[in-house]
Amino acid sequence: MIVLWWLVAIVLIATAVWTISARKPVYSVVALLTHFLALAVSYIMLSAEFLGVIQVVIYVGAILVLFVFVIALLSSGVGSFSVGPDKMKKAAWPAGIVTAIAFGLLAWKLGGAIASTPVTANISTVAGEAGAFGSVADFGKALFTTYLLPFEITAFVLMVAVIGVILLAGDQSVHAPSRERADRVAREMREAIVRGGEE
Amino acid sequence: MSGAMPVAIGNYLALSSIIFFIGVAGVLLRRNPLIMLMSVELMWNAANLLFLAFARVWLNNAGHVFAFLVITVAAAEAAIGLAIIVTVFRTRANVDVDEVGALRG
Repeated sequence: MIVLWWLVAIVLIATAVWTISARKPVYSVVALLTHFLALAVSYIMLSAEFLGVIQVVIYVGAILVLFVFVIALLSSGVGSFSVGPDKMKKAAWPAGIVTAIAFGLLAWKLGGAIASTPVTANISTVAGEAGAFGSVADFGKALFTTYLLPFEITAFVLMVAVIGVILLAGDQSVHAPSRERADRVAREMREAIVRGGEE
Repeated sequence: MSGAMPVAIGNYLALSSIIFFIGVAGVLLRRNPLIMLMSVELMWNAANLLFLAFARVWLNNAGHVFAFLVITVAAAEAAIGLAIIVTVFRTRANVDVDEVGALRG
C-alpha cells in the first residue's frame, strides 16, 4: 500500500510538471490525463470509490475530451497556435519567488492543522458493502439529505454554464441584438399567454 | 478500501500543496490560455485530494460531497473558459493572453 502510494505521488507530481511545461497543448492534455487517472487511484486508496469513478468519468471522459476538441478546432488551418513556453524564461524568477513564498506560508499554517488532526481511524466496514464509508449508498444519502441545497445550487450553476457557453460560442447571428427580433419574440410570448388564458 | 489509511495525513497535505503550487506556477508562467486552464484544473484537483484525505481521516463523508460539487463547478468553469477561448480565437485569430487586451478597459 505504501509503495503504491509513493508511486502514485511521484506520478502525480511528474505529470503535473509535464502538464505545465509541455511545448504543445495536446501533450499537456496527455499529461493531465495520466494525472487524473493516478488521482483516481489515490481516491480509491482513500476509500472514496465513487469519487474515483466520477473522476474518471467526468474529468477524463468529459473535460479532457472538451480540451482535445478545442485544441483540434483551433489548430486546424492556423499555424501559430501551438506556441511553446514563451515567456517562461523572463517570468521564471518572479513567479518562482511568489510561488515559493505562498507555498511557505501554506506549509507554515498547515503544520498546525496536522498537529490537531486525530489519529486516523481504521475502517471496519468492507468495501462494496451497502452503507460502507465512501460507497455509493453512503455518498448518495449524504448528498440528497444533508447537502440537498448545495446540490440544487450546483444544478443551477451548471444550467447557467450551459446557457453561457451557448451564448459565447454558439451561432453569433442567432444572438445578435436585434430590436425587431426582440419585439417579435415579446409579441409571440404575449399572444401565447393570452391564448393560454382563453383556454 | 477497508483497513488503515496508507500514509499519514501530512503526506497528503504535502502532496496536495505541491500539486497546487505546480498549478499556480503554470498559470503564472504560461501564456497559452489552454495550458493556463489546465493548470487551474490541477489546482481544483489538489484541493479535491485534500477534501477526500480529510474525509477519510475524520470518517465524515461531507468531504466526498464537497469534492463532488467541486468537480461539477470545475466542469462548468472548463466549459466556459474554453468557450471564451474559442470566441476570442474566432474574432482575433490569436490566443496569446498578452495580445488580447480588450478587457483591460
